[in-house]
Amino acid sequence: MSSDTSLPVLKSTDFASDQDVRWCPGCGDYSILAQMKKVLPQIGVPREDTVFVSGIGCSSRFPYYMNTYGIHSIHGRAPAVATGVKCARPELFVWVITGDGDALSIGGNHLMHAIRRNLDINIVLFNNQIYGLTKGQYSPTSPLGKITKSTPFGSVDNPVYPLSVAIGCEATFVARSIDVHIKHLGETLKRAAEHKGTAFVEVYQNCNVFNDGAFNYATDRNTKQDTVIEIEHGKPLIFGKDRNKGIRLNGMDPEIVELGKGISEDDLLFHDEKAPEPSLAYLLSRMRYPEFPEPIGVFRAVERPVYDERMDNQIADAIEKRGKGDLEALFTSGETWKVEAESA
Amino acid sequence: MSTTTNSKKPIKELDAATVRFCGDSGDGMQLAGTQLTNTSALIGNDIATFPDFPAEIRAPRGTRAGVSGFQIHFASREIFTPGDSVDALVAMNPAALVTNLSDLVDGGILIVNKDSFTEKEFKLAAIDANPLEDGSISGFQVFEVEMTKLTRLAVAETGLSGRDADRCRNFFAMGLVFWLYNRPLDPTLRFIESKFSSKPDVAEANRSALHAGYNYGETTEAFHSHFRVDKATLQPGQYRNMMGNQALAWGLVTASVQSGCDLFYGTYPITPASDILHELSRHKSFGVRTFQAEDEIAAVTATIGAAFAGSMGVTASSGPGIALKGEAMGLAVMTELPMIVVNVQRGGPSTGLPTKTEQADLFQAIFGRNGECPMPVIAARSPADCFDVAIEAWRIATQFMIPVMVLTDGYIANGSEPWKLPNVADLPKINVKYANALQNGDEFQPYARDEYLARPWAVPGTPGLMHRIGGLEKQHITGNVSYDPLNHQKMTDIRAQKIANVAQTIPAQEVNGVEQGKVLLLSWGGTFGSCNTATNRLKEQGASVAHAHLRHLYPFPSNLGELLKQYDTVLIPELNNGQLRTLIRSEFLVDAQGLNKVQGKPFAVSEIVEAVEEILAN
Repeated sequence: MSSDTSLPVLKSTDFASDQDVRWCPGCGDYSILAQMKKVLPQIGVPREDTVFVSGIGCSSRFPYYMNTYGIHSIHGRAPAVATGVKCARPELFVWVITGDGDALSIGGNHLMHAIRRNLDINIVLFNNQIYGLTKGQYSPTSPLGKITKSTPFGSVDNPVYPLSVAIGCEATFVARSIDVHIKHLGETLKRAAEHKGTAFVEVYQNCNVFNDGAFNYATDRNTKQDTVIEIEHGKPLIFGKDRNKGIRLNGMDPEIVELGKGISEDDLLFHDEKAPEPSLAYLLSRMRYPEFPEPIGVFRAVERPVYDERMDNQIADAIEKRGKGDLEALFTSGETWKVEAESA
Repeated sequence: MSTTTNSKKPIKELDAATVRFCGDSGDGMQLAGTQLTNTSALIGNDIATFPDFPAEIRAPRGTRAGVSGFQIHFASREIFTPGDSVDALVAMNPAALVTNLSDLVDGGILIVNKDSFTEKEFKLAAIDANPLEDGSISGFQVFEVEMTKLTRLAVAETGLSGRDADRCRNFFAMGLVFWLYNRPLDPTLRFIESKFSSKPDVAEANRSALHAGYNYGETTEAFHSHFRVDKATLQPGQYRNMMGNQALAWGLVTASVQSGCDLFYGTYPITPASDILHELSRHKSFGVRTFQAEDEIAAVTATIGAAFAGSMGVTASSGPGIALKGEAMGLAVMTELPMIVVNVQRGGPSTGLPTKTEQADLFQAIFGRNGECPMPVIAARSPADCFDVAIEAWRIATQFMIPVMVLTDGYIANGSEPWKLPNVADLPKINVKYANALQNGDEFQPYARDEYLARPWAVPGTPGLMHRIGGLEKQHITGNVSYDPLNHQKMTDIRAQKIANVAQTIPAQEVNGVEQGKVLLLSWGGTFGSCNTATNRLKEQGASVAHAHLRHLYPFPSNLGELLKQYDTVLIPELNNGQLRTLIRSEFLVDAQGLNKVQGKPFAVSEIVEAVEEILAN
């Protein structure tokens, strides 16, 4: 359509729509939006080939702020809407933006099935451990005992851990980052975008109105080096301000050890995001503060055939073997009979 | 096609016959019925069928709950229903006999498998006495046939015995009925050949059983004569037997070709709609993408996603599944994307009667969403009509950028009739236009509108048309989120007007019968056959009656209000408690009367004739 021969180089601002962003001042969503707009030009997929799909919740307003195609659908159903988009047009670059309530409560079923099908889409779950848009009820990721508007005596629900759920659903790419950890967040989104198959990213996101400080332990300048561990493929799990602590496996269980005193790096657990079995990724997804530092980074990145491509291949195969569908041939297939005109 | 063997027995001419096979769910009655159907169609009869089976795959053997039946009406004239009553009943066990006998005409033919009339079977069927001996069958021509024994004898040479041999009994029964109505065996022999090609012994046994049943009729003293039903005088052309769900699937495939628009079908298995998925999943060479979703909601929302991406999105279910899709249909109305939602209705509410028919989802179709949320609603009237209705739904959806609800029901979805193959060159083209990329500087307006009030279909991948849609209210023209009160009023009015505009593109309502007179039968959906047949019968008697059958239920054809005023009484037969009647009364202030039934069964023609006669008598 265009006669340009060279691709235009896009900037972050080219991905901003003309709509005013209406999240609360100080919301963690701003940071995620900024990183997304920064990363997309680097990935280089044209804006018109990019589709953002969301459900309902604060995070789900995200598509309105992107100058791409977008659909703000209904509560919990974004992965299913995205499945339709991707199956109809596998060449599109599809993102699902969701939250802890949207993805894990009302939309749990769709999340599970999108992941196990391994559609080539990217799902970013903004986890703020609270229902924000409905003004402060506990969510499926809120800790036990959480006092909210709907749980004045504390929540009696056990939380789920998004990454553990994703791994249980046979996810091929699982990662975690933090809203204010902008460089890490940008890198993580980029890795997700480059993955072929469903990339699932959990982002710790602060809701400064209804659940302020839920992730302070992970973002506080003074503590984060002891409470968060950045995992990298092929490297030992080391953390701490002085980088003198590590994670070692004791049987099937992780334990924190101090380096030195007879324990060297070689004794530590080495991260392997490409491990065929998801056991290591699952073990990492279970490490919770305050017992453990919480891992961020890519937990798992393995290759498996993707659903939309398989669907496409079946159609291509059918056309190759039988030829493009022909209505005349369809109508006359099987048993037919002829009624002759009555002779006069 | 070879005709039957040279029978020595006298043949009586009939213009029509209705036969019902009934037996246990595992007795192969659906197969027997299907073979008789196909054979009758191939020799040129007009046909109409009515499969009737339990919701359980294998209800306890021998019980009344496990009885499965298949009724076929074949005729040398044009017919529209599978028949009110049965001329010949084949009952494979006591439970089948006692549950079906009341539909057999006085003096009708009753063929029973005598071997199954044992104390054990009576107990399973919960009957005290042997119905063959207690006088309950005295008014019929009864043929007690030792089908189990005869079938075992017939297949003995193939080495099959016991249960394997007994599985061939339905072929024996078929053979006997084929002899009785002078039907050729060739089509069934061809079927056996292809179906059991990997099991030559089973194929041989079935062939032997079929021939044995046929020869039993010819050679035993029991049967003195048999019948012939000649070809019907159908319009000249090429025909095939067509079931409703298959016709719907083919209609969708055809519309896809005729519009140059890919078909995405997202669905979740449910009785009685699943056969649409089974059929569509075979047609990948037409580019059909079928998606068996994790639930009904995923099915419809994936369909919305596909429509956004430029495919025609189609989803289907039955009442309970449609209820689950309600919120998403609202999203489709708000985002103004072209889609088709098919409801193959069944008995409700809740799980209701999954395998039985009803047309009680009309209110749900028209009103079953939150907010002011209008969608066009159209309904198929017969199995083959599902083909045309699918194409019409596609036309409306793409012309108006709107989800369209299509109603069929279990009766027409599983029923079949001859379908005259359309000439491909004569099929209507459906004009679908996607928005084109804009010149630099022009701003794209996703909610600008054409003369029908349809908005542009701008699909991802098109440069310059990036836009965002969603369930929040849209600003007129720009499509941006808007909470402005007057804008909401305007958009609500536009959405309503857009649906109203559909009426400008549909044909005027026609009637069969007098243009002015005493009674107008007004019907919709699967009751067409009964109402049409009743009307023709009443017209022959000289009654002042006419029949109008609605395809478009929302909006109605523009002339409907005027038409209703031409008759003293409007009678609306429905398999519900009066849903169309309520709509008609509310829309046109006409004192329409209802004829209503919710028994999981279609109307008998006689029920409608009697209701009209009663009105005429008063």
